Amino acid sequence: MSNILGDVTQGTYHEEKGFWRTYVFSTDHKVIAKQYLALSLFWAVLGGFAAYLIRWQLAYPETAAPGASWIPEPFMYEGVVPPEFYNVLITMHGTIMVFFVAMPLLLAVFGNYLIPLMIGARDMAFPRLNMLSVWVFTLASLVLLISLFVPGGAASAGWTGYPPLSAKAIYTGVNWGMNLWIVAIALEFAAFLMGGINFLTTTLNMRAPGMTLFRLPLIVWMQITAGVVFMLSVGPLIAGAVMLLLDRVIGTTFYVPEGGGQPLLWQHLFWFFGHPEVYVILLPALGIILEILPVFSRKPIFGYRPIIYSTIVAGILSFIVWAHHQYVSGIDPRLAMPFSITTILISVPFALIVFALIATLWKGSISFPTPMLFALGTLGVFLIGGLTGIFVGSAPVDIYFHDTYFVVAHFHYTLFSAVFFGGFAGLYFWFPKMFGRMMNETLGKIHFVLTFILFNTTFFPMFFLGIGGMMRRIANPMQYEFLQPLQPINVFITGSAILLLISQGIFAINFFWSLFRGRIAGPNPWQANTLEWSTSSPPPHENFHKIPTVYRGPYEYSLPETAEDWLPQNQPELEEVKK
Amino acid sequence: MLSWLPENISTYGGDIDSLMYHIYYITGVWFFLTYGVIIVFLLRYRRQEGQKAAYVRGDSLTQAGWLLVPLLIVLALDLWIDFQGSEVWAKIKIDAPSSDLLVGVTGKQFNWEIAYPGPDGKLGTADDLEMENELHVPVNKVVHVVLRSKDVIHSFFLPNLRLKQDVMPGRTIEAWFEATKPGRYPLPCAELCGFGHSGMEGSLIVHSLDEYEKWVQKNWPHKP
Repeated sequence: MSNILGDVTQGTYHEEKGFWRTYVFSTDHKVIAKQYLALSLFWAVLGGFAAYLIRWQLAYPETAAPGASWIPEPFMYEGVVPPEFYNVLITMHGTIMVFFVAMPLLLAVFGNYLIPLMIGARDMAFPRLNMLSVWVFTLASLVLLISLFVPGGAASAGWTGYPPLSAKAIYTGVNWGMNLWIVAIALEFAAFLMGGINFLTTTLNMRAPGMTLFRLPLIVWMQITAGVVFMLSVGPLIAGAVMLLLDRVIGTTFYVPEGGGQPLLWQHLFWFFGHPEVYVILLPALGIILEILPVFSRKPIFGYRPIIYSTIVAGILSFIVWAHHQYVSGIDPRLAMPFSITTILISVPFALIVFALIATLWKGSISFPTPMLFALGTLGVFLIGGLTGIFVGSAPVDIYFHDTYFVVAHFHYTLFSAVFFGGFAGLYFWFPKMFGRMMNETLGKIHFVLTFILFNTTFFPMFFLGIGGMMRRIANPMQYEFLQPLQPINVFITGSAILLLISQGIFAINFFWSLFRGRIAGPNPWQANTLEWSTSSPPPHENFHKIPTVYRGPYEYSLPETAEDWLPQNQPELEEVKK
Repeated sequence: MLSWLPENISTYGGDIDSLMYHIYYITGVWFFLTYGVIIVFLLRYRRQEGQKAAYVRGDSLTQAGWLLVPLLIVLALDLWIDFQGSEVWAKIKIDAPSSDLLVGVTGKQFNWEIAYPGPDGKLGTADDLEMENELHVPVNKVVHVVLRSKDVIHSFFLPNLRLKQDVMPGRTIEAWFEATKPGRYPLPCAELCGFGHSGMEGSLIVHSLDEYEKWVQKNWPHKP
């Protein structure tokens, strides 16, 4: 009886497909997640290379960066970065890392892969829309790549694209590069809107029997909250981007003062999206560590419901914090205080989630495989990011720190912790599910130790640079007498950053080696409770041989009544015992 | 850590610095507390043979206290920081004192244009004294700066005064400061303004009152 429904759904769109249908134009959410993974890792390499060139320039201004002499003119001159290209590098590094690495990796990869599996569904609610989303994202990627090679050069107005610098070609010398940059980002947003709609619809409508909203794994809550925040905040930015494109292409003056325009308008529209975007990236990363900590502590997550409420509160608060980016932009000074209060208040829901994570460790039975190390690393790094956020959230202190390296250090501590530590935690944790094999533990641990140490030696000294007054986005700190004493710090940071980038090669080696040679994982190598572990690794086309029935919440570890220290969500025994 | 701060030479810079130290101590204590707790838990509760983890869900009110009590402390500290911050902010941004000297600073790619009003006391008239990249002011006088931009957004940054103000094209924005120590100080641009952004730097020259008079006599003989 119970599998009639399963058989019916199985028959609807599951048929043998050819190579193209299976691996390229696939509607399977798992394949789509892997496509996003490939794209985001590709972009991470490019974004990392841009970081290398930026760091070289800052440590040894106007000298040739080793290994970069192959880049032709007019980008670089025998390995030397000219100032125009330096601005392209900072613009592209930010754009790539936020929009083409962080969003696809944390939202598209983990959201696509996990949501249907974790709620016990066969696929997303709109599989074809899902396929469209990855192909629109691919198109966005192509447009961004092309924008690097058009006459006049690529976008160079910073990843925030503040007009009038970005609005008129005369200010930067860049014309089509900037237009294509706007188009690429608009396409990327369209892709993620399709994804967000899918996440929300799927979670609300396609949960397996017994999977109530309060039995959802927390990462699903985080993903759909992130999806909703994204959907509600992206509209103003799309409008803003269209206006910017009109200013550039047909000469309107939305942002150009000569025609009565207002540059500040862009900042409001951009940050009304841009700051919630931070939480769009952060929430899925916190979701990943919320999944991993209970498994390796063998304990239920502490305060499941308070965490959900906190997530929702953080989502709502995220809409009223944007103007803290504009404390020194010349907005009405009376606005600074309300925004200072809301900005610092948003630390409260995140503090609750952090406390809950710490309380989850209490009286646990904790082991330290690679995913757990990266999850703990995320927590440790994010804590510093969060605490330093208080400095820049406070309006008077921000007067000094705004646009200095303090800000650069702060947001790398929040976003790098989310994207890379959180992303790696998730990849190491779900790799066995995705590819059916285990990753190498030794290589994983070496990768973690090097990443954790080198991350801190790269980004922590940036706080000192910021305190010393070093501005962001300058190509050559040696041009400033007052920054020259800080130059040894810049050299040290560059050394660390290069080692940090190189050490990511260990992950690449581990990834590809394990893909073909790793130990066979089996369905549930970590003895975890959530539904994705109840099916084979990797899961078949429609995920479950039979749609599971859910009997309990996702974190029932170490129940006193059971001999085993775990109890999968779909395992009925305990209920029957109680009867 | 905060000893890397450039020397403060403004009347309100000290308020910003003490707020900074205040946040520094609060976050520092939280940092060591949370890291300490995490490390103790990781060592104390690492997996041992035959020892099962405790089944604690944290959903009863007594257990939730472990979240709520620190949360209330965080909330109180947040509001404390905001309350102190609002006083400093009001002092700098809202209750500006009346000025002794008016200076116009106009940002353009990639220089600061400095203008002193001539005998008519107004900026933007023919008798203005104009210079590039050098802002001369007397010590211990309230200076009002009228900020404009000719092209893109620049940011008027005086690290030693703890003063930063974006300069918006199409708008006139005012800032003020009172320098307390003679000397020459950096005046870089803090907002990306194009390929020449790096290196867009002027100087603030704070003169003693005598020296300032001499400078005025020399450069500006017609001043009333």
